[in-house]
Amino acid sequence: MSIFEYNGSALVAMVGKNCFAIASDRRLGVQLQTIATDFQRISKIHDRVFLGLSGLATDAQTLYQRLVFRHKLYQLREERDMKPETFANLVSAILYEKRFGPYFCQPVIAGLGDEDKPFICTMDSIGAKELAKDFVVAGTASESLYGACESMFKEDMEPEELFETVSQALLSSVDRDCLSGWGGHVYVVTPTEVKERILKGRMD
Amino acid sequence: MSKAVVELPPKGGFNFDLCRRNEMLLKKGASPPSFRKTGTTIVGLIYQEGVILGADTRATAGSIVCDKNCEKIHYMAPNIYCCGAGTAADTEAVTDMVSSQLQLHRYHTSRESRVATALTLLKSHLFNYQGYVQAALVLGGVDVTGPHLHMIYPHGSTDALPFATMGSGSLAAMAVFESKYCEGLNKEEGINLVCEAICAGIFNDLGSGSNVDICVITKGHKEYLRNYRVPNTRAHFSSKEFTFPKKTEVLLTKIVPLREKIEVTEDGDAMEE
Repeated sequence: MSIFEYNGSALVAMVGKNCFAIASDRRLGVQLQTIATDFQRISKIHDRVFLGLSGLATDAQTLYQRLVFRHKLYQLREERDMKPETFANLVSAILYEKRFGPYFCQPVIAGLGDEDKPFICTMDSIGAKELAKDFVVAGTASESLYGACESMFKEDMEPEELFETVSQALLSSVDRDCLSGWGGHVYVVTPTEVKERILKGRMD
Repeated sequence: MSKAVVELPPKGGFNFDLCRRNEMLLKKGASPPSFRKTGTTIVGLIYQEGVILGADTRATAGSIVCDKNCEKIHYMAPNIYCCGAGTAADTEAVTDMVSSQLQLHRYHTSRESRVATALTLLKSHLFNYQGYVQAALVLGGVDVTGPHLHMIYPHGSTDALPFATMGSGSLAAMAVFESKYCEGLNKEEGINLVCEAICAGIFNDLGSGSNVDICVITKGHKEYLRNYRVPNTRAHFSSKEFTFPKKTEVLLTKIVPLREKIEVTEDGDAMEE
């Protein structure tokens, strides 16, 4: 049993036209027993940067708290919000610091950078960044998600179409993974608003 | 009086806080995660005017390709580049760290960096960690003493060679080099040879794939040719796009408008003296 399969998770982020979407499943389990069906995996760092953490839930929560702390310090010093590229570098450095005793988390970072250009990135548990121009995936359902996103993704999707694509990719992938599912949580972020939607999925 | 201990962010180096907990988890049967490796074919060769480095662009996590177009040729100095194979986080961290050290050294000495400096910094860091930092590098550059090409192994040993290959596809690439390399190649011949060697790795080694990146370094000039050759484009696109006639069922929608940008125009009267 891999340590990543202890809690189970599914995360995906996709780029659209001047917008991005980040989505996760809602199950929290302890190996094969489900203990929560409304677990929040995606958190807002600031208005334009969202962070999703897959993997061991306890490490995800600790890492999230440390990152919020560092971001607040940054806001106090610089009097502005962190750019998504900078935030990704920060997460990478914090994870690599624990190279020989890592956090068992895979973060997915999504944000709107300068000139409202969407930015997405994922990392392995020791901070090796993967910057993609189309989509990134993480979690126990990642293999199915790779397949689903690879075939469903199109360039320059508008927010509504992007939402539909991300939701269908997520729901179809978690259906093939025992450890994730129980609905979905999708955030679609454009320069003017953040639309958060909870999806109805198979409850098994 | 109680002493308030404020936890400041740590100042660099590795942190071993979680090692004990992770060992406990390992004993309980939880297998450790697989890190992202770069599988890889990386090569370098010295030609008439300088150094040519080449790399493929596939990154793997276990047997899944997690990045189809990653960058394996890292910047060290304006005249020095380094290709990295092994654990992706280690190659990125080590090359970034030495690149910053070289920059500081340049400020200190007001001179162009030398390849030997980068080599010593890299090998001493890797030797310090006794091979646990799994980075296998091909370092190439042109400085005042001429063109240099080195191979650096994860345990800290180095080789200086006219042509070098590293990574899981190194045998395929070395076969090409051993049969076709000669001294005094010109730029075009050099680039073609490097391309052929990387393609040998891409097509024959499962850990390497996607495209070819090339970097040409000469005295006072460098050319970074990202995706110089793209031999693996997706050929079959379905003409019918994915459409979803049955929409996803949404239980709850929450819309949060972000702050509007307010433009202030100078409309009022000027201030009276």
